[in-house]
Amino acid sequence: MNPNLNLWLIPVLPLAGAAINGFLGKKSSRTAVTTVALFFAGAAFAWALVVAARFSSLALPHEEPFAHWIRSGNFSVDFAFYLDQLSLVMLLIVTGVGFLIHVYSVGYMWDDPSYYRFFTYLNLFMFFMLTLVLAGNYLQMFIGWEGVGLASYLLIGFWFTKDSAASAGKKAFIVNRIGDFGFLIALFLLIKHFGSLNFSQVFEAVKPLAPEAAGVGLLTTIGILLMVGAAGKSAQIPLYVWLPDAMEGPTPVSALIHAATMVTAGVYMISRSHVIFERAPGALTVVAVIGTLTAFFAATIGIAQTDIKKVLAYSTVSQLGYMFMACGVGAFSAGIFHLMTHAFFKGLLFLAAGSVIHAVGGEQDMRKMGGLRRKIPWTFWTMTAGTLAIAGIPGLAGFFSKDEILWRAYQANWTYWLVGLITAFITSFYMFRLWFLTFFGEYRGEVEARGHDTHDAHGGHGHGGIHESPRVMVVPLVILAILSVIGGYVGVPASLGGSNHFERFLDPVFHSQATSGGEATAPPEGREPKTESSNELMFTGISVVVAFLGFGAAWLLYYRRPELPGRIAASMSGAYQTLVHKYYVDEIYAALFVRPLINGSTRILWQGVDRKVIDAAVNDAGYGAEHVSDEARHMQSGNIRSYAGWVAAGCAVIVAFMIWMGVGR
Amino acid sequence: MNGDGLNSIILTLVTFAPLAGGLLLMLLPRRDRDIRIFSLVVSLLTFVMSLHLPVYFRRGQSGFQFSIDKPWISTPNIHYHMAVDGISLWLVVLTTFLTPLCVLISWNSVHERVKEFFILLLILETALIGVFTSLDLFLFYFFWEATLIPMALLIGIFGHERKVYAAVKFFMYTMVASVFMLAAILWLYAHTGTFDFVAIRDQVAAGSIPNFPAAAQWLFLGFFLAFAVKVPLFPFHTWLPDAHVEAPTAGSVLLAGVLLKMGTYGMLRFNLGLFPEQSRRNAPWIMTLALIGIIYGALVAMVQPNMKKLIAYSSVSHLGFVVLGIFSFTQAGLNGAMFVMLAHGISTGGLFMLAGILHERRHTYEISEFGGLAATVPVYAASYLFIVLASVGLPLMNGFIGEFLVLTGAFQARPVYGILAATGVIWSACYLLWMYQRVFYGKITQLKNNAIGDITGVERLAVWPCALVALVMGVAPILWLSAIDPAVHDALAPFVQVASRAVGR
Repeated sequence: MNPNLNLWLIPVLPLAGAAINGFLGKKSSRTAVTTVALFFAGAAFAWALVVAARFSSLALPHEEPFAHWIRSGNFSVDFAFYLDQLSLVMLLIVTGVGFLIHVYSVGYMWDDPSYYRFFTYLNLFMFFMLTLVLAGNYLQMFIGWEGVGLASYLLIGFWFTKDSAASAGKKAFIVNRIGDFGFLIALFLLIKHFGSLNFSQVFEAVKPLAPEAAGVGLLTTIGILLMVGAAGKSAQIPLYVWLPDAMEGPTPVSALIHAATMVTAGVYMISRSHVIFERAPGALTVVAVIGTLTAFFAATIGIAQTDIKKVLAYSTVSQLGYMFMACGVGAFSAGIFHLMTHAFFKGLLFLAAGSVIHAVGGEQDMRKMGGLRRKIPWTFWTMTAGTLAIAGIPGLAGFFSKDEILWRAYQANWTYWLVGLITAFITSFYMFRLWFLTFFGEYRGEVEARGHDTHDAHGGHGHGGIHESPRVMVVPLVILAILSVIGGYVGVPASLGGSNHFERFLDPVFHSQATSGGEATAPPEGREPKTESSNELMFTGISVVVAFLGFGAAWLLYYRRPELPGRIAASMSGAYQTLVHKYYVDEIYAALFVRPLINGSTRILWQGVDRKVIDAAVNDAGYGAEHVSDEARHMQSGNIRSYAGWVAAGCAVIVAFMIWMGVGR
Repeated sequence: MNGDGLNSIILTLVTFAPLAGGLLLMLLPRRDRDIRIFSLVVSLLTFVMSLHLPVYFRRGQSGFQFSIDKPWISTPNIHYHMAVDGISLWLVVLTTFLTPLCVLISWNSVHERVKEFFILLLILETALIGVFTSLDLFLFYFFWEATLIPMALLIGIFGHERKVYAAVKFFMYTMVASVFMLAAILWLYAHTGTFDFVAIRDQVAAGSIPNFPAAAQWLFLGFFLAFAVKVPLFPFHTWLPDAHVEAPTAGSVLLAGVLLKMGTYGMLRFNLGLFPEQSRRNAPWIMTLALIGIIYGALVAMVQPNMKKLIAYSSVSHLGFVVLGIFSFTQAGLNGAMFVMLAHGISTGGLFMLAGILHERRHTYEISEFGGLAATVPVYAASYLFIVLASVGLPLMNGFIGEFLVLTGAFQARPVYGILAATGVIWSACYLLWMYQRVFYGKITQLKNNAIGDITGVERLAVWPCALVALVMGVAPILWLSAIDPAVHDALAPFVQVASRAVGR
């Protein structure tokens, strides 16, 4: 018997923080708000560590029922918590990175008039995210799933007096709902065919099923629908459009929700459902293709963005694509590995970008930055660590995880690998572009001249000029930078002399019932170690070369010859404009869906059907009765009584008819 | 008094307490403050008494409880037969819960003819409760029509600009439809000699009514039309937006919160209860209309420039879920339908109160008149958002539980219906969040909006109970479902037989 770990505490603690700050925060001091928010976020982290410490003694998966929720006939869903290696990894990422970002936010948001509101939402987010990763059934996961969407909505629209922020929040919620629609249908199929939404029951029922061959079977359908949900939450094609807009939120939000945790929920959900996906090769292919395309597509947009946060946003979409690519080729642990390292380095990159924005008084346009490396050295060095990590420079976290994915993708299908490799080059290029534009060359902004107290949407500290961020912001940067450097060493593959602890840790989750099918045909255990590992080493070499090529290209264009990009853009203005306008996808969606829906609803449904057809018919009937009564009874005018009288008379006839008809038979 | 004695008269007490209060009110002098306090006390007492029902209701047990059955008139054979099961139980409590809130929300917004207003409100409460507690068809019809008069007067006297048009439209529309039900009831009486629902149901099941198979389809339609107009089911819905826009806030709350549920309750109790075979046969087109209502109502709601019309059309959409769930004939579908009825009563009631609060300050419901209110009235804005989230069906809020169960049931019965109806989760987010953005976010565009005051104490007392209940229903739906589930199981019993007979053929 497993001990009772009181897992419910982990999500509920931040909920308590949110409740306290939500009700009392407005009248409390900033210090009190900070204490409450950090205490409860920290307590969740501490409890997660306690759970981790006792983890090795548990029989897994460890399930803790908590309370009854829904009962309807034989169908029931309860609140229950589910702990295995996968949820432990997620738990530590969410609470750990989440707590660091809470700390950072204290400095970043200090001067905001709605300080308490920010931390209320942030704690609320933690509650829902932890509910999501600890859920013992799909419906409880869905609570967290929609709940993080709510927190995201509130935080994107945090500065709600800005129309763009309010619209971005709404867009995020609605696009996510489109994904949730798919998720829900998947749940209905699970209920209909397996009678339950509990992970353990569903997976037990699915395990004996054979992999579905060709065509679209039940599991394939469920898998594809789950992927629709994941595409919404994790910003994959075609539902990625909300994430770049989400950058309207405060930067710590972008780091926590739109990089490190919430957007990875789709990857987690698919990995959690691997038992289903392994038996649905068709669905896996969909996942892999969407992931691969998204990785490439978003990376290309990243090249042409000038807003530092937008670059990172498209980069996040692209990196999430890698994770789905991994899941799609059956390399779930590689996907989760990248999820973890990405949480470190992308969380870091966003926080560092926030520190840059903070330093230059709210400016986000990289064309107005430059030369910042000596002025904000801590930010510069930590951001450098993050940039090297994401670009895949050997030895850093992103290198190991991305390489693992590319290698596993190659084993499944070389086209995935090739696209992934090109994406890796683009990634390295746009990241070093960002790095050079921000930190090197001459400073092109205006902050020093005028100070930045006036136009500061992001809450500076009131002292003019470019300045390093306070220690409360720098310390989280440093910790994440360290993790971005060393975080990959838990998963060093055998070919590089490691033993991939990470994959072996997750093995009981993903390979306890290995019947992987489809493109993930060759399970990694069954291969000949010698040639495989030398092959893998060669591919690693190619990746490294590509990463350095990206650096080189960025160096040439944005450091050595900074006049070149403008000329290139001018000479290929069509392609360049397409990238700047993000392939016009938002415009296309607006023309195809949004406007027809609104116009159609207004003109056809409301003004047309409702008013001109239905209501007119009703009123005509009324006026008709009135008219007839005028004629027949020679009443002075059609008043209400005549109208009523005739309707009543008509009714009487019908009553009589019905009674007669009934009696007559 | 011992428990059994109280059990047999509790429904009478709950049903007629408001009426007694209303009659007493007539004798009170016209001191508005006293009248308000008196009405509040009466409605709160009624609510407290009604809590006896869920507290002493024997859960897990199907069938009617707290019943009282006394002969009233010998020819025609009319009984005073009242009882509730797990279905009507909650609708009674919903009514008694919303009425005190209606009194509170009208506290300062009704200035003229205060006495008449509260008398009508209390009479209306009795009529509404009577609809849900009556098991004698005559009694039921009496209460059914009795709801019309106070409601039409509330709209016609205390409403806004086009109040008379709206009141007459409401009255005629639902009155005309009800006549068909009356015809059906009379036919049943003529052939069974009784108005008693349970007795007629048993005779139907036994097949002992002469000519019943031939007439059943017409009888089914007679009942159904009355209910469909009340729900309102597409395309009988056009009275609703007009009625809502003109109605005073309390009228809208009871109209959307309770009155519409008379229709869905009627379908559940009478269409399914008396005509299982016909219900099953007619289900395809009824479900189709419900589905159209869900999507159509939501899309039309989305483009409404008027906040109250938007909420009214959203009711068309939500009630479509209820009808879809009922005619799925699945345990989940019916449980969900019941739950949506209650959840919609709470959250839409709340939304109408919030709209009324805004109207109180600015005398308009036009969405474009607002913008940026979250900065000036933050507590009001937060309360509004909370109720909006309940209505959008966020998990852990009441709207989600009901919609989820309805969709589960609909999907089990007919997957295509379930899938199409599930698009409702997208539409509801569209129309509510878009409206919320236009009213509360952005910058203040009109100077008048700077001066409006935040939600007052009395208004909080009216709105926050809705918010609280919306949350509790989402977190612990089991409190409600444990009583609903057996009753629904009961209601579905004939369908299990019909289905197995169909298989047997």
